[in-house]
Amino acid sequence: MIDPPAGAPAPPTVRTAGSASRGAGRGRLRGAGNYLAFVPFLAYIGLFLIVPTLIVAGGAFLSIQGDPTLDNVIQLFTDEVFVSAFITSIQLALGTAILGAVVGGLLAWAVARGDPNGQLRQVVVAASGVLAQFGGVMLAFAFLATFAGTGLVTLFFKNVLHVGVPYDTTWLFGLTGLVVVYAYFQIPLMLIVFLPSLDGLRQEWYDASASLGGSSWAFWRHVGGPILAPSFLGALLLLFTNAFSAYATAAALISQGSPIVTLQISNQLQSEVVLGQENVGKALALGMIVVVTLVMTAYALIQRRASRWVR
Amino acid sequence: MSSHRTVTRLAGLAVVATFVSAACSSSGASVAPSVAASAAASTAPSAAASTAASAAASAAVAPKDATTAAAAGGVDAICAAGKTEGTVNLIATPPDWANYGQMITDFTAKTGIKVKSDQPDVDSAAEIKAANDLKGTGRQPDIFDLTTAVTLANLDKLAPYQVATWADIPDANKEPTGVWTKNYTGFQSIAYDSSLGDITKVADLADPKYKGKVALNGDPLKAGAAFNGVVMAALANGGSADNIAPGVEFFKKLTQSGNLIPVDPAPATIALGTTPIVIDWTYNEVPQIAKLQPSGINWKVIVPSDASPVGAFYNSAINKDASHPAAARCWLEYVFSDAGQNTWLKGGAIPIRLAAMQKAGTLDQAALAAVNPPTTPVVQLTNAQVDAATQYLKDNWKFITILPPK
Repeated sequence: MIDPPAGAPAPPTVRTAGSASRGAGRGRLRGAGNYLAFVPFLAYIGLFLIVPTLIVAGGAFLSIQGDPTLDNVIQLFTDEVFVSAFITSIQLALGTAILGAVVGGLLAWAVARGDPNGQLRQVVVAASGVLAQFGGVMLAFAFLATFAGTGLVTLFFKNVLHVGVPYDTTWLFGLTGLVVVYAYFQIPLMLIVFLPSLDGLRQEWYDASASLGGSSWAFWRHVGGPILAPSFLGALLLLFTNAFSAYATAAALISQGSPIVTLQISNQLQSEVVLGQENVGKALALGMIVVVTLVMTAYALIQRRASRWVR
Repeated sequence: MSSHRTVTRLAGLAVVATFVSAACSSSGASVAPSVAASAAASTAPSAAASTAASAAASAAVAPKDATTAAAAGGVDAICAAGKTEGTVNLIATPPDWANYGQMITDFTAKTGIKVKSDQPDVDSAAEIKAANDLKGTGRQPDIFDLTTAVTLANLDKLAPYQVATWADIPDANKEPTGVWTKNYTGFQSIAYDSSLGDITKVADLADPKYKGKVALNGDPLKAGAAFNGVVMAALANGGSADNIAPGVEFFKKLTQSGNLIPVDPAPATIALGTTPIVIDWTYNEVPQIAKLQPSGINWKVIVPSDASPVGAFYNSAINKDASHPAAARCWLEYVFSDAGQNTWLKGGAIPIRLAAMQKAGTLDQAALAAVNPPTTPVVQLTNAQVDAATQYLKDNWKFITILPPK
């Protein structure tokens, strides 16, 4: 990034120029070339991340008539529906991230301990790759078809076992339902992103620790844990944002009350009953950006602390 | 402005009432019909005359800019130009909604114009948003199907066009230049799997045996169908068009008893049995009857006896920035033609030209009998009443939570 401030691109003659100008000219050319390769990425980020973010951030501070206002943002703190949506969203994202990270992490550890070329490992990894992307309406429908009032499992209890259904068939439509359904894609996602780090743990390190008299606990406390901590935290952050920004799965299960932020945004943008709320939706989106920024900042600080031993 | 809207809505009510008395002449006729009938009758001759006159003036206007078919050489000329354009882009037209599926198939068969139906499940506001977002791409919707509130908030997005059957549509149900034209309505109904027992009233929904079974079609703060469901519950519980509080209170009770589930009912959830009782428009639920029969579900659709029937017309309009303007005009001609209007009726919706077609003998009598519309006067909220009810909902529709009860 701190390449020489090449105002204009270096002249093409530099490439074949004599040795006198070689040093500086090459450097400048390479700098420009590097920037050139960077352009598609910048354009991509610009179009799909920066421009939308600016539109959202700008719109949040405009009234529907286009006048500057703080009302939309103030509503985030004063309207109990919005406050509770943020609290629920954060609880849901954090809860399913921790659940996914712990269960998925243990699963990844079990897989990593197994035969690296074994069939079971291949099946588990392939299945996780599919399930991590299994979300939205299909996933919600799968759970409805399994556990709702006329779901397969519910009917099995009723018609085959002839016992009472041991759960309230409406559990899917509450926070419990969302946690369980989200876990369905969070756990496999954790496995996929965390497995490479576990594979990087060498048996030799464990042996070295053992030969120095280290117990299993000592190995994890002083070797395995510190090595894995940065990638574990990274995966945890990924899981948090994954759940925090999820929309379609929740929308398919819950269409009343819009209890989480993404559903509230959809309500503000698309309501055919309450009109002119688009910029309140943008304020809610800005709120989500702020939450993710805070989480990422915290992550960066912890990451720096966790990887201090590397430097 | 707002008084104009009020008149519009009230007259819509009169039209439904007209149809009701026309359809069920044996029952006690209400006061409203004669008003609407005479309004329709008085406008008919003059409008017909002007149509004829402009037809005589020959095709001076290009079909894509025409404000009437006559000005561009007739409906056939419009549709021929539409066929050259090849396609018409629709939005928010699910095949199960008011028989849009058949409407689209029949339209393509008759005119040779392909129909591209995008984002079938979005709400009215999203239609306008898509028109803005996709403007100039050729993928923007050519035709809108809008709730009245969204229509009146976006008049500058709509192109005026008077369909050939303009004279049959009472004045109060159309913008004078044809910027929007009311097209079809349904009645708020309770649709249910009749193996659960008999439901005849809104009050029945509170029965403990229906715990975890009742669904409302959307969030009333977002979807017009659900909003009118709350109005229906209000009417059944001592409320009125001016006071929806009892309806909100009723749904609060259903939520606390666990009878109301927050799932968005769709054909899939109905077939699955997840939402065995649905509060929705008749025209969404009547088509389910035939669909569910093969799977052994006896789906019943009733307009509850403890509330006056609740209706609300949808408005048809052309996108001013349509990429297929002639095809869009051809589509409007079709949905307002006898064939198109009967297609609504077959889907359980009440078409705007129902009274005129009944009089002319062109109405599908079998379809009318199947819809079996209620005989009591229909309640439609005026715009002021909608605004008041919306504000009340914003302040009070806050009792639904996904957190476990404390």
